[in-house]
Amino acid sequence: MMSKKRILTDGLIFNNPIFVQVLGMCPTLAVTTSAINGLGMGLATTAVLFASNTVISLLRKLIPSQIRIPAFIVVIATFVTMVEMALQAYVPSLYSALGLFLPLIVVNCVILGRAESFASKNTVGNSIVDGIGMGLGFTIGLTILGMVRELLGAGSIFGTQVMWASFEPFGIMTQAPGAFLGLGILLAIFGSITSKKHNA
Amino acid sequence: MSIESLFVILVSSILVNNYVLSKNLGICPFLGVSKQVETAFGMGMAVTFVMTLAGTTTYLIQEFILNNLGLGYMQTVTFILVIAALVQLVEMVIQKSSPTLYQSLGVYLPLITTNCAVLGVALLNIQEGYNLIETIINSAGAAIGFSLAIVLFAGIRERLELSDIPEAFKGFPIALFTASLMSMAFMGFVGLV
Repeated sequence: MMSKKRILTDGLIFNNPIFVQVLGMCPTLAVTTSAINGLGMGLATTAVLFASNTVISLLRKLIPSQIRIPAFIVVIATFVTMVEMALQAYVPSLYSALGLFLPLIVVNCVILGRAESFASKNTVGNSIVDGIGMGLGFTIGLTILGMVRELLGAGSIFGTQVMWASFEPFGIMTQAPGAFLGLGILLAIFGSITSKKHNA
Repeated sequence: MSIESLFVILVSSILVNNYVLSKNLGICPFLGVSKQVETAFGMGMAVTFVMTLAGTTTYLIQEFILNNLGLGYMQTVTFILVIAALVQLVEMVIQKSSPTLYQSLGVYLPLITTNCAVLGVALLNIQEGYNLIETIINSAGAAIGFSLAIVLFAGIRERLELSDIPEAFKGFPIALFTASLMSMAFMGFVGLV
């Protein structure tokens, strides 16, 4: 049995959904045009992941295995609708910035992946910790990518200008090609750091 | 509604607003099933079928059931269930008609359910306020655009296998750089419509 601390660090670093498992790429690439969008998307996903992991873990003995995937998806879709309504009511600016990608949290492979490979097999306590760990790991990844893209594409971080005045922003970084490019560079850096550790 | 406006929708969903390369939708299968042109083509066809049907079905459900009953908030839940059922259908058809393709698509076939491009198209059709014919054209266009992108990408990745890549860039990073360059190329279509 894994300890709760181990499960948490697994989600945050060692099995980070973005840098290690390379899952949930659609929201990762599409909404990280700025750090704040990345952070918002990450937290919304964390909320859904936490709730869906909890419920699926509670129901794991009741759901027949043949229809588990549709059952999981309905649970996830319900929570996504709730998060969407909550954001629309309380944080309308984030709601409109994320737009189409809020309902698309339903099809984020990270969430279904954790439901299938963790919550359906583990106790409620562990599943909650896993949901939070994976969710925050995802949030960290999104925020870093958002920061890199915002820094290079607009010369700011979280909306504050940080680059020198004569800095010419690379507009491409906040568009679709910049998403692929930014994530490619981050993955290469992350990969070379971890492979060095393996060799040492 | 004129033929021209339908043509504009078609061209823009295939090239200008390509779902993969300019909207960043459907990235999971795009990166996952693009190691060989043949599998990529099979995946493209399966997605084309599911996406066109799903777009049409969800439109009809939205128009005639959800809107009539005032159940707009059930949109996400209903749509994903329709898509999951369609994927199941396609899976059974492919398993019967082409076991080799079924083998090579592997886990990615049931994962079409979680292909965000499929749900994305269904939701966008409603958001854009398209009518039935426009919905069908837009869904088919999006699907053709997806197939085009994934087949081209697989072609490039087959060549990449043979080239000498620095250790740190092997695997996903180089694939993402390739996608980035393709995406830049597709930006050139922006002036088209």
